[in-house]
Amino acid sequence: MQWETVIGLEIHTQLATNSKIFSGSPTAFGAEPNTQANLVDLAMPGVLPALNRRAVEFAVRFGRAIEAHVAERSVFERKNYFYPDLPKGYQISQAELPIVGRGHVEIVMDDGEVKTVGVTRAHLEEDAGKSLHEDFHGMTGIDLNRAGTPLLEIVSEPDMRSAKEAVAYARKIHQIVTYIGISDGNMQEGSFRCDANVSVRPKGQEELGTRTELKNINSFRFLERAINYEIERQIDLIEDGGRVVQETRLYDANKDETRSMRSKEEANDYRYFPDPDLLPVVIDQAFMDAVTADMPELPDVRRARFQAQYDLSPVDANILTATRATADYFEAVAEVSGDARIAANWVMGELAAALNKEGRDIEQSPVDAQALAGLLVRIRDNTISGKIAKQVFEAMWSGEGTADEVIEAKGLKQITDTGAIEALVDEVIAANPQQVDNYRNAEPEKRPKMIGFFVGQIMKKSQGKANPQQVNALLREKLGE
Amino acid sequence: MHEKTLAELSAGLQAGDFSSVELTRHYLDRIGRLDPQLNSFITVTADQALVQAEAADARIAAGEAGSLTGIPLAHKDIFCTEGIRTSCGSKMLENFVSPYDATVVANLADAGMVMLGKTNMDEFAMGSSNETSYYGPVRNPWNTECVPGGSSGGSAAAVAARLAPVATGTDTGGSIRQPAALTGITGLKPTYGRCSRYGMIAFASSLDQAGPMARTAEDAALLLGGMAGFDGRDSTSAERAVDDYVSGLDAPLQGLRVGLVREFMENDLDGAIAGSAEAVIAELRRQGAEIVEISLPNVHLSVSAYYVVAPAECSSNLSRFDGVRYGHRCENPHDLEDLYKRSRSEGFGVEVKRRIMIGTYALSAGFYDAYYIKAQKVRQLIAADFRAAFEQVDVIASPTAPGTAFRIGQKTDDPVSMYLQDIYTIAVNLAGLPGMSIPAPQVDGMPVGFQLIGNLFDEARLLNVAHRIQSETDWHRQTPEGV
Repeated sequence: MQWETVIGLEIHTQLATNSKIFSGSPTAFGAEPNTQANLVDLAMPGVLPALNRRAVEFAVRFGRAIEAHVAERSVFERKNYFYPDLPKGYQISQAELPIVGRGHVEIVMDDGEVKTVGVTRAHLEEDAGKSLHEDFHGMTGIDLNRAGTPLLEIVSEPDMRSAKEAVAYARKIHQIVTYIGISDGNMQEGSFRCDANVSVRPKGQEELGTRTELKNINSFRFLERAINYEIERQIDLIEDGGRVVQETRLYDANKDETRSMRSKEEANDYRYFPDPDLLPVVIDQAFMDAVTADMPELPDVRRARFQAQYDLSPVDANILTATRATADYFEAVAEVSGDARIAANWVMGELAAALNKEGRDIEQSPVDAQALAGLLVRIRDNTISGKIAKQVFEAMWSGEGTADEVIEAKGLKQITDTGAIEALVDEVIAANPQQVDNYRNAEPEKRPKMIGFFVGQIMKKSQGKANPQQVNALLREKLGE
Repeated sequence: MHEKTLAELSAGLQAGDFSSVELTRHYLDRIGRLDPQLNSFITVTADQALVQAEAADARIAAGEAGSLTGIPLAHKDIFCTEGIRTSCGSKMLENFVSPYDATVVANLADAGMVMLGKTNMDEFAMGSSNETSYYGPVRNPWNTECVPGGSSGGSAAAVAARLAPVATGTDTGGSIRQPAALTGITGLKPTYGRCSRYGMIAFASSLDQAGPMARTAEDAALLLGGMAGFDGRDSTSAERAVDDYVSGLDAPLQGLRVGLVREFMENDLDGAIAGSAEAVIAELRRQGAEIVEISLPNVHLSVSAYYVVAPAECSSNLSRFDGVRYGHRCENPHDLEDLYKRSRSEGFGVEVKRRIMIGTYALSAGFYDAYYIKAQKVRQLIAADFRAAFEQVDVIASPTAPGTAFRIGQKTDDPVSMYLQDIYTIAVNLAGLPGMSIPAPQVDGMPVGFQLIGNLFDEARLLNVAHRIQSETDWHRQTPEGV
């Protein structure tokens, strides 16, 4: 039997506001437990939520980015259930009337195929705290630092047909939310969490199969693996005469498998109702205009601009706009160095390799855009050669200072003094009479290759500092005599 | 001294006739002597009161006093008070010391008022008799065999017995007005959003509102002026300047259009209560008011709608009392489920549990549309009825409660009869309007309340009408024996 997979994603994006969605507590990651939980977060008797305007702006910004309908009026509701890390006994979320309605994004597959994925809705809600089950000897510790952190839950249509498409979609959403600056997108810290609804059906069948929801996926790699595992599990199950049970399954990255967490039969009745403590969120034209005016450039727009403005190939433009941080970095290097071509080569070449080697993101690069531009300026003004520049870059990477400082400290300034270079050329010619003869007797077309020997010798003597163009010119002149 | 109104006490303090410390000691002494009989206070904060009184005296001496500076008051124990137990009448919060002040408490403290203590109340404000309090029933100063009404029964009894010149209360379906009626005092539930709800332990968030309880309309005006105001921490509080409630108190009532609700006057209204209300209406007419009969065609649905909306909201609001972070926690829970079940079963009383169950049911999948959504629609209809009525009249008048104070224990086994205590008051909460109860002629030596309902944010007019009635009558000047 031929099977078709149907996948929809629910993505929880933590919004990059300074404070929580309904209280003034900071949202920074990694603080000591319960140091970022105030009276409201602790759900003390009598406290009330007050909506963070910034969170609303961010949600609207996302709505604009995916060309969605932004609701003029959306409503916060209470989702009621008991859990120790949910201090109020309910989560404030949006159910019936979400702030962002139907929208869409385009994804590009490896083979160049472009596919449109529908976004059903996106709504604002607060995060819960964390239950800590270790270190408490038969008890559970509660950390409410995360309680009340603003989330935008982005729900897709079941438009994806493979794990690869799901990953491409998730990456696209990740790219959008980071580009428009509404989330840091940090998956390890839980700022971007994907739940996948997966089902299979015989190819050609209209009706959807029973789906399972996969949770606890914290990287794109695991998203692909979890979905593929689940597809296989469901197909095997059905082909062995079983049936898929609608349930939530946790992905275990260590074992690379999913396992049942809770079935739908035990599901809570959340008793949603509009939160009487909060007024409906009303978005008027002025608000929309203000958000639109503040809207950062979207990735697709930026890619097109890079191609035109910096004369980049589509492939290079794509790489350099993959993340907002990369694009910002490249653009700063290009502007400061005054040479987009060399900036592109260095960002995609030397820098990318160094980052890759250490598994760092560009935001964590020890050489920032200004510093790299400073290095490229020295290549452009012939202070150093491209080859020496790599050596300088390594030193900068190890924290030895700016390009100028490294060049100065290591004495790497290129020798451009004709007299000094001439002395080196003469020295090498004098020391290698045999090679000189060979060169002079060789066919003219073989000479350019043979000249490399002399260049090498001179560069070695000059510790790479002699200006290669001058060396070449002088050699040709003297050997040609 | 305790026979003086807030306004008179304020004048006395300014004139140096007595100090705030003397005044405070006087009331603390009365509470010590008389409250064991009434049980109107859950917590008396004598030490803190004297500290506040000294500060108030310094402020008066420095010439920086306002009309509320140095005046003692009692807060209903539903308002969070920093460093002081805030029990909400429940075992659940028997040991809960609030880490912060409610906005209303802070506003009044900033005005220089002196808190005498926290008054008894129905548990989580759910009740109309004060009998659901974990701290025992409050007794009505007019007859200690009778209830003072509820849920702000402690505040009402304390003011009626002159244990405090004024007190705060809260009103979700009548919890200021009904006890004010049953104890012969003046109580005002302001427009929803006029006073901040921040720090007021929530019962039904869309209905709860804080208000003043006093012996006169003038005192209620003074106290409301100190309580009210916009608060950024309460999204439902009104971003609107607070009116001057005092300056218009004496405005004549000539030409005032007063609406009588046909549906209230014809349905089963007790003859004696009707007679009492008619005396007040006659006084209004005598002062030149025009009496108009009006109709609120959907008002008969109020109690039913209320007993869906209020329990639904309470079932969610009270979820935070789970034994995890504060409040009652059962002994040796063997797992999470056990912790929740026993902490809540032990911590909540029977009426609270009843309402949590009603509300949980009303919000459940499959019932939500039939109950909650329908009740909200009824609410819209009732609000529309009032809007239409206020095109014809300036204020609406009715009895506050269907009878005088009943005996303790008389209605405890009959929740529906208890719920009908609020038959005339509930619609006002559903519509978010201001409502007030003032004393009318007594029946059989027991107080009776007369209700005035105003249009949105028309508190000043209600206070004006009440004050004009009180200027010409002495129904509000009756004092229970032995106090």
